[in-house]
Amino acid sequence: MILDGKTPSGPLPEKWDKRKQEMKLVSPANKRKYRIIVVGTGLAGASAAATLGELGYNVESFCFQDTPRRGHSIAAQGGVNAAKNYPNDGDSIYRLFLDTVKGGDFRARESNVYRLAQVSGSVIDQAVAQGVPFARDYAGYLDNRSFGGAQVSRTFYARGQTGQQLLLGAFGSLMRQIRVGSVKLHPRTEMLDLVVVNGEAKGITVRDLVTGEVSSHAADAVCLCTGGYTNVFYLSTNAAGSNVTATYRAFKKGALFANPCFTQIHPTCIPVTGDHQSKLTLMSESLRNDGRVWVPKTKGDSRAPGDIPETDRDYFLERKYPAFGNLAPRDISSRAAKEVCDEGRGVGPGGRGVYLDFANAIGRLGEGTIRERYGNLFEMYGQITAENAYQQPMRIYPAPHYAMGGLWVDYNLESTIPGLFVLGEANFSDHGANRLGASALMQGLADGYFIISYTIANYLARATPGAVTTNHAEFLKSREDVACFTSKLLAINGKRTVNEFHRELGRLMWENVGMARSEASLKSALSLIPRLRAEFWENVKVTGTGTELNQELEKAGRVADFLEFGELMALDALHRNESCGGHFRVEYEMPDGEAKRDDENYCYVAAWEFKGVDKAPELHKEPLTFENVKLAVRSYK
Amino acid sequence: MNLTLYVWRQKGPKDAGRLVRYEAKDVSPDMSFLEMLDLVNEGLVRKGDDPIAFDHDCREGICGMCAQVINGIPQGPQKKTTVCQLHMRHFKNGDTIYIEPLRARAFPVIRDLVVDRGSLDKIIQSGGYISAHTGGVPDGNAILIPKDDADRAMDAAECIGCGACVAACPNGSAMLFTAAKVTQLATLPQGRTEAARRVCVMTEEMLGQGFGNCGNHYECQAVCPKDIKVQFIAKLNREFIKARLK
Ligand SMILES: Cc1cc2nc3c(=O)[nH]c(=O)nc-3n(C[C@H](O)[C@H](O)[C@H](O)COP(=O)(O)OP(=O)(O)OC[C@H]3O[C@@H](n4cnc5c(N)ncnc54)[C@H](O)[C@@H]3O)c2cc1C
Ligand code: FES
Repeated sequence: MILDGKTPSGPLPEKWDKRKQEMKLVSPANKRKYRIIVVGTGLAGASAAATLGELGYNVESFCFQDTPRRGHSIAAQGGVNAAKNYPNDGDSIYRLFLDTVKGGDFRARESNVYRLAQVSGSVIDQAVAQGVPFARDYAGYLDNRSFGGAQVSRTFYARGQTGQQLLLGAFGSLMRQIRVGSVKLHPRTEMLDLVVVNGEAKGITVRDLVTGEVSSHAADAVCLCTGGYTNVFYLSTNAAGSNVTATYRAFKKGALFANPCFTQIHPTCIPVTGDHQSKLTLMSESLRNDGRVWVPKTKGDSRAPGDIPETDRDYFLERKYPAFGNLAPRDISSRAAKEVCDEGRGVGPGGRGVYLDFANAIGRLGEGTIRERYGNLFEMYGQITAENAYQQPMRIYPAPHYAMGGLWVDYNLESTIPGLFVLGEANFSDHGANRLGASALMQGLADGYFIISYTIANYLARATPGAVTTNHAEFLKSREDVACFTSKLLAINGKRTVNEFHRELGRLMWENVGMARSEASLKSALSLIPRLRAEFWENVKVTGTGTELNQELEKAGRVADFLEFGELMALDALHRNESCGGHFRVEYEMPDGEAKRDDENYCYVAAWEFKGVDKAPELHKEPLTFENVKLAVRSYK
Repeated sequence: MNLTLYVWRQKGPKDAGRLVRYEAKDVSPDMSFLEMLDLVNEGLVRKGDDPIAFDHDCREGICGMCAQVINGIPQGPQKKTTVCQLHMRHFKNGDTIYIEPLRARAFPVIRDLVVDRGSLDKIIQSGGYISAHTGGVPDGNAILIPKDDADRAMDAAECIGCGACVAACPNGSAMLFTAAKVTQLATLPQGRTEAARRVCVMTEEMLGQGFGNCGNHYECQAVCPKDIKVQFIAKLNREFIKARLK
C-alpha cells in the first residue's frame, strides 16, 4: 500500500488555507450532537478538548493522572518556538519551516511542517491571552532566547517552566469548559483499547484506576493525545507513567505505526548514578546558550575540572561545529558526547559524562544573570547531585527523551482508521528523524488549538451522530478482551517484579537500539526481546486484584506493551539501511563521522501494519517529496 | 544505610488505616525518597505482599503528584523540595521515618498514601482562568506587561497544585493555592477584566469544597515546595475587598 498523506495541492504557503476552505463544517446547532473522546491532557489533549468543547461539541476527556494539570507536558522546561521575528533577526515562517525540515534530516512531510510554522505565532498569542506569564524585557515586550539547530532567537519561555505554564493555560481553558458542561472529565482512567466498528473508530475501553472497573465509552470520533514512548528504554527523561499503551493498542486495531525507530536522545541530562535510578533528569537545552561543553584533551585526566587549564580542554562542539558551536542539534551533540566518552575522555563516575561549564558566562554576565535565567535548573541539579554548578561545571550525558515516531497520520491528523485522530507527540508527523528544541510544545498546541477543530469537523460532517452505542458487539468484545488481559496478568504469579522486566528491557534497548545501532545489535535485540517477553508472560509477579487501585497491575500492562513495541522499533531500525537524525546506524557514516542518509532508497515514511504478536508486521511506505527545499547533507559546521 | 519506616496503610476510604513498620535495607544516599519506596515495594512484591500505593509521575518536582507527609511535614523535611526531589543523603543510617498521606477534610484517602485532590480542580473550575476563546486574540505583544508584573505573576504561577499547603494548615485551608491563582491573573492586564468576579467565586468555591478559612498561621508557606509566598494571600484579600466595594 502506498500511503496518501492527503496534502493539499498548490503552493506551500497556500495549502492550509486551501484545505480549510475545502473542508466541511458542522453547524453550531448540530455540534452538541457529536461526542468526541480525547485521550490525554498534556498540551495536545488539553488544548484540543478545551477548543472542541468551546466550539460546542460534547467532549469526554481522559487521563491516568489525578488531574489534567499533571500531564507529562508539565515538565517541559526550555521554551516554545514561534516565527514571530520579534527580535528582527531574520526569522520568518519559511525559515522556521526550513530549520525544522533540515533539523529533522529531511524525513518529515513538508506540508505539515510548513503549516506548523504558519500557526506557530497564534500559539503564542493564545497563551498570552490566557495569562501565561512569558518572560518579558524591561519595556514589557515578550523576550526570546535561542535554541539548538537555529541561528535566530525565536524561543519564548517562562523561566525554566515553559511547559508548566503553557499546560496550566490550556488546563484553565479546559476547566472552564468542564464548568460549562461541554467537557466531561475522567481522571485516573486508563485507556486500554480502541473500539473500531465497521472500520471506523467509535470509542474506547478504559479501566477506572481507583475501582478497577472496566467500561467503554462510545463516540463519533476519537483523538489520541497520549504522548511519546521513550520509556521503552526504562530510563528516560519522561514521566514515570508515560507509555505506549494507547497508541500501541490502536496499532493492534489497525492504525499504522510510523517510524518507530526515530527516537531522540537528548544531550544534556544528569548522568546515571546507580541501579536504583528510576528516571533521568533533563537539564534544559537552553543551558547550552551560556554553558560550554568540554572534556579533557587527554584520556584518563583525573584532575578536578577547575585544575585543568584551558590548553588541556577540548571544547569539542565548538571545535567540530564552529557555526553552531554549543547549539548544534541534539542528535549531533549527543553523538559527539558519546564519541568522546567512548574514547575514554568522559568525566565523572563511570566516565560517562561531559562537562557543561558556566564559568565563562558567569564571568561575563555575573552570577545574578545566570541565576535569573536558569536558577531552577541549577537548584534541581544541586538537589540530585549535591554539587553546586555555580562553582563547578555540571556533568551531563545523553538520555532518551522524545519520540519522533508515532501513529501515522495524514495532513488532517487522521490515522489509517477513519475517525481516529492523533495529536502531539503521539503522532509522527512534523519532526522527521530528529526534533529541534522547543518545537514539541509548539506542535502539541498547534495540533490542539488550531488544526484538529477544522479537520475533525470535516470527518464528523459525514458521520451520523450517535450511530453506535456501547451495546454493540465490538464494545462487548473489547471489554471482554481487556478483562481477560487483566486476569491473565494477575494469574501468572511468577517470581520477578514488573520493574525487573522493565529495567532489563530498557537496558537491552539502550545497548542495542540506542544511540548507535548496527545490524548485529539490532538482530540481537530481535532475538532477545521475544525471549524476555515470553519470560514475562510466564514469570512476572503482579500482586493484588483487578478490582482495586493496583499500581503494579497498571505498570504490568504498560510493560507488556513495551515488550512488543520494542521489537517493532528494532525491526524498523534494522530495515532502515541509512543513518538519519536520531537514527544512527554505524554502518552508514560519513568519513567525518556524520550521519549518512540514503535519499535514493529511504526517503519515505515507514508505516507498519500489525499482523499478530510474534508475526512480522507489514511495511507500507509514504514517499516523501521535497518541492520547496533542496535535499542536502545537513551541515552545522 | 538501613532505615525503619512506619508507613500509613489503608486499603480504601472505608478502611480505618494504620501505621505499619518496614525495614528499608541498603538504601543508597543518591536515591530519591520515591526510589527508596520503590526498593521497599519491590521487596514487598517479591514476598507477595501489596506494595505501598503512592502517587507520582514526573519525578522531577513539577507535576505536584507525589506529595506525602514525612515525619509530620507535608512534602518532607527539606525546604522548597518535593518528595520526589528529596534525596536520601538527608537521612542517616538507623533513622526512623514516618510516612503518611496528606491529611485534610477536602482530601479523602483513596489508598495508603494516595488521596483525592479533585477539590483543588473544582476551585479552578469556578473561575481560575481567563476566559479567552481559542483564536481571535490579539498579538502577544499588543499587551505590554511591565517586567516586574510579569515576574510577580510568574512567582505566583509556579504553584504545582500538590496540596501540601492544605495539609499543613491547621484549618485545612486552600488559601495559598487559591491566592496564587488569583494573584497570577489579577497581576496581568489580560486578567483584570474578570478579577473581581474571580476572587469572589474562587473563595466561595474553596469554602464550599470543605476547605477551611485562612487563620494566618503561615504553615502553608513553610512547606510549599515552590516557595509560594503568603503575600499572595494579602493580595487576595485586597482583591476581595476591592470586589466587594464595587
Ligand atoms: C523533561 C522534558 C523537557 C522538555 N522540554 C521541552 C521544551 O522545552 N520545549 C519543547 O518544545 N518540548 C519539550 N519537551 C517535549 C514535550 O514536553 C513533549 O513532547 C510534549 O509535552 C508532549 O505533549 P503531548 O500533549 O503530546 O503528550 P503528554 O504531555 O505526554 O501527555 C500525554 C497525556 O496522555 C495521557 N495518557 C497517556 N496514555 C494514556 C492512556 N492509556 N489512557 C489515558 N490517558 C493516557 C496522560 O495522562 C497525559 O495526560 C520536553 C520533554 C521532557 C520530558
Ligand atoms: S512526582 Fe512530580 S512533583 Fe514529584
